[in-house]
Amino acid sequence: MLRLLQELCETIAPSGCEEAMSLIVKRELTPYADDMYQDALGNLIVYKKGNGKKLMLCAHMDEIGLVATCFGEKGQVYVSALGGVSLHAALYQRVRFVGGAEGVLVPNGQESDVLKELKLGNLYVDIGAKNETEAAERITLGEGAAFVGGFATQGGYVISKALDNRAGCYALIRAMQQATDNKQDIYAVFTISEELGLRGAKAVAVSIAPDYAVALDVTRTGDTASGPKMSVRLGDGAAIKIMDHSMLAHPVIKDRLKLLCEEGNIKWQAEVLEKGGTDAGAVHVSGGGVPSGCISIPTRYIHTPGEMIHADDLEQVVALTTALIEKGI
Amino acid sequence: MMNTLFNLAAADGISGFEFSLQEQVCKLLSSYCTSVEADVMGNVVGIIPAADPKAPKVMLEAHIDGIGLMVSGISEEGFLSFVPVGGVDSAILSGTEVRVYGREILFGVIGAKPPHLQTGGAKEATKISEMVIDVGLSAETVRKKIAVGDMVCFAQKTESLNDLVVSGKSFDDRAGFISLLLCLESLKDKTLPFTLYVVAAVQEEVGLRGAAMVSERLAPDCAFVVDVCHGDTPDGGSESIFKLGSGAVISFGPNIHPYLSTLAKDMAKKENIAVSYDADGGDTGTDAWAVQVAKAGIPVLLLSIPLRYMHTTVETLHYDDVCAVGSLISAMLQNLDLEALACTYQN
Amino acid sequence: MYLSELTELPGVSGNENAVRAYIKERIAPFCDNIEVDSMGNLMAYKRGTGNVDKTLMLCAHMDEVGLIISRITEDGFLKFKAVGSLDPRVLVSKRVRIGTGGFIGVIGRKAIHLLTPEERKKAPVMKDLYIDIGACNQEEAQKRVAVGDYVVFDSAYIPFGDGLVKAKALDDRVGCSILLELIQEPCVWNCCFAFTVQEETGLRGARLCARRVQPTMALVLEATTCSDLPQMDRNMVSTYLGGGAAISLVDGATSYNRELAQTLYQLAQSHNIPVQFKQTATGGNDAGSIHVSAGGVLTASISVPARYIHSPSSVISLADYQAVCDLTRLWIQEVHHAKIITRAL
Repeated sequence: MLRLLQELCETIAPSGCEEAMSLIVKRELTPYADDMYQDALGNLIVYKKGNGKKLMLCAHMDEIGLVATCFGEKGQVYVSALGGVSLHAALYQRVRFVGGAEGVLVPNGQESDVLKELKLGNLYVDIGAKNETEAAERITLGEGAAFVGGFATQGGYVISKALDNRAGCYALIRAMQQATDNKQDIYAVFTISEELGLRGAKAVAVSIAPDYAVALDVTRTGDTASGPKMSVRLGDGAAIKIMDHSMLAHPVIKDRLKLLCEEGNIKWQAEVLEKGGTDAGAVHVSGGGVPSGCISIPTRYIHTPGEMIHADDLEQVVALTTALIEKGI
Repeated sequence: MMNTLFNLAAADGISGFEFSLQEQVCKLLSSYCTSVEADVMGNVVGIIPAADPKAPKVMLEAHIDGIGLMVSGISEEGFLSFVPVGGVDSAILSGTEVRVYGREILFGVIGAKPPHLQTGGAKEATKISEMVIDVGLSAETVRKKIAVGDMVCFAQKTESLNDLVVSGKSFDDRAGFISLLLCLESLKDKTLPFTLYVVAAVQEEVGLRGAAMVSERLAPDCAFVVDVCHGDTPDGGSESIFKLGSGAVISFGPNIHPYLSTLAKDMAKKENIAVSYDADGGDTGTDAWAVQVAKAGIPVLLLSIPLRYMHTTVETLHYDDVCAVGSLISAMLQNLDLEALACTYQN
Repeated sequence: MYLSELTELPGVSGNENAVRAYIKERIAPFCDNIEVDSMGNLMAYKRGTGNVDKTLMLCAHMDEVGLIISRITEDGFLKFKAVGSLDPRVLVSKRVRIGTGGFIGVIGRKAIHLLTPEERKKAPVMKDLYIDIGACNQEEAQKRVAVGDYVVFDSAYIPFGDGLVKAKALDDRVGCSILLELIQEPCVWNCCFAFTVQEETGLRGARLCARRVQPTMALVLEATTCSDLPQMDRNMVSTYLGGGAAISLVDGATSYNRELAQTLYQLAQSHNIPVQFKQTATGGNDAGSIHVSAGGVLTASISVPARYIHSPSSVISLADYQAVCDLTRLWIQEVHHAKIITRAL
């Protein structure tokens, strides 16, 4: 069952370069959609007709990464960050560009000097090009790259890059496939550039103008040996968001989600996240206000190549999302 | 009305949990408004319609949410960890009394480790992560009554320090809302040529969210936002600081429509209302910032009430300043020329 | 060319009146309809010859960075705040013009002799600076100046060197000037020439324009940072003066549609118009608020490189200006031929 998750995680689709992801989503959901289209920015909207109110579910397709901005004379590829890249986690990591070129993020100069002031201006990606011309043959300026991190499962845990937010995409795809019926008009939206400031969601909130919105995304946990105090734990079920920096979940949504869990015997936990935000943050303030919430997948080490989730939590999220599609708000 | 301010400021209702305030706010507005409605996000709107249904619309707005805390975890021993909702200064928390909205409302105090045992020692500010809320119950009872995500409010009554100088929590921005009621009071027998929306907005403290939604929905032709600004203290400096009792503060700058700030200045002079002036180079940090770019763009004015110790449980203001803002808006509404406003940039 | 007159007009964010009046007067004969919204954005519509139901929005911002008077001291000095992002280090000892009256003032700071060695090393802080208008007290000052008055640099348009120009407010009067030229020529798609307000305070005006116009595509004309100074690492040089029109791939506010950016680049090359990609991802412009508005808008950005941007003396090359103008003209004419594979078109 996790083969799809693996495929999604291994796809290279940093913010602004989500095309490869949207192809997979299209393949998976074409048989289940009453309509499917992409907007000018690349948001992919999958529509299932129902009655009455519009319920928008969104999961962002993009992952954090790098973008090529400049070539050096010796074939260096200078880069900028796409989203919240931790440079401590990124140094000496392998990266893969959307066009397929591979490289390593390395110090530009003496490692000891670079470590003193770790910033992207002091690093470059070595793609093994001898000079500028050769570099330009392999990648183009503006091309995005993602960090490489192999997909592994172990004792119910999944470790991979980009579980943020391929886990959310996976849950939304599976729920759309499994839902036997839907009460409300369902807009399953696979958004772009969430990591750059919820940009895709901002646009799509206006074009769809939903009555309710629920985002599917990852959240932090407080269950590591030395991590921050936070109540969310891997393996304790789907997390129903109460608050993060972008949104205070609307009572109508969070109560509904809790009820669906109780009815469906779905394991859940409450989530209070001090920092961070999701697409729902952009959607809920759009128009005259959209009651919104978020179903989160508890995830350790977010924004590193070694993100970790528990497969059981993901299954609970799929079950909750399926129930939400079937029964509505 | 001062009593109303006392009660409203002391009432519980942090950002995102303003629903508990709704009834009180609706009741206050219904004395002046033809109808009162609450929208899906909790914003309350009092409406005084003009005779002509096609008449232009004017919005008066203040936010009613306050800063507070939220339960983020329950320890094995039954202590609550918490996170701030809105811009809470952690320095005010140690020893503060709170109400926790669990299955029932529980009294609690915020405590911290003894100073010498804190990670920063006694010289650094205590981190929120090193504080707990103690509700004095067994772990088992706590778990039955309280859940992660429950709202925590500061338990603080309003007190008068010296006649009209009053102190309490949540004057930011319930005092602003009171100034709107004072304005409505003075307009009671007047007929205005436009429909008036009086808005008690939610979720300002977490990012001007209620104002953004409600102004998008109502799409008024112009808007008056009332909020608080910093009052004078011995340690506060002199830039954008205003003396308590010095009247309403009129804002200028890119966030503010020049027709409205000029009118405010003129009316204050004409009606002899005490005012001072402030300017911001961009973001005023108030709902006015969100209102200005809502819908097709909404001309907005910001009036402020000087307030000492903003975002603490001892916010302090001079009631005369609240009245000055109410009088100034009232005078402006009676002299507002919406056609002239609309023509500002046409030539 | 309108650039010399445009750059000398005052137009700090929030008070773009003089710039708008200048532009409005000159474009009226060349467009079908003009709208000004409640913030002061100026939108001029021109029907296309191509008889297609598509709108290209061409966008330049009228506002410039500057100051606003926030307090008048008892001694008659003026305290101020920045409007837009301004480095306080460029302010000391500059001459400025204040308010609609254009009263002259100087930005003061105590003389170097009076600075302690520590103070000399430190950058000045905005709140320590003040404007001196030669008033002997508050009352005297209030006769000329009020809180809320906007302040611009007193800086003339001066051509110098090999085809270079020095002026204030080149960001973004270069865009305004180019649009003024191009609105006089025919267009294929329906075009909206949007002269926006308050870009410098956070891309605020353009958002309203995009929502109102709902364009099929938007092209933002800008002045962008140029840091081609000696001893700069190559990867820190965003654009080169004289390097031609600068096309943005990614910046702090927008991840541009790569196909559209590449199409513009190739179009320029095939017509021998000097062109370069902007090679850093910093900054942001009106594209940031436009592309996420109105359900998502396909957006590109072409800029004139400007050295010492956001200072009283920024510098551009007139050849770069011409390149941006030529490429934009070409795009207005060729937009319907462009084989950009975009879902929206």
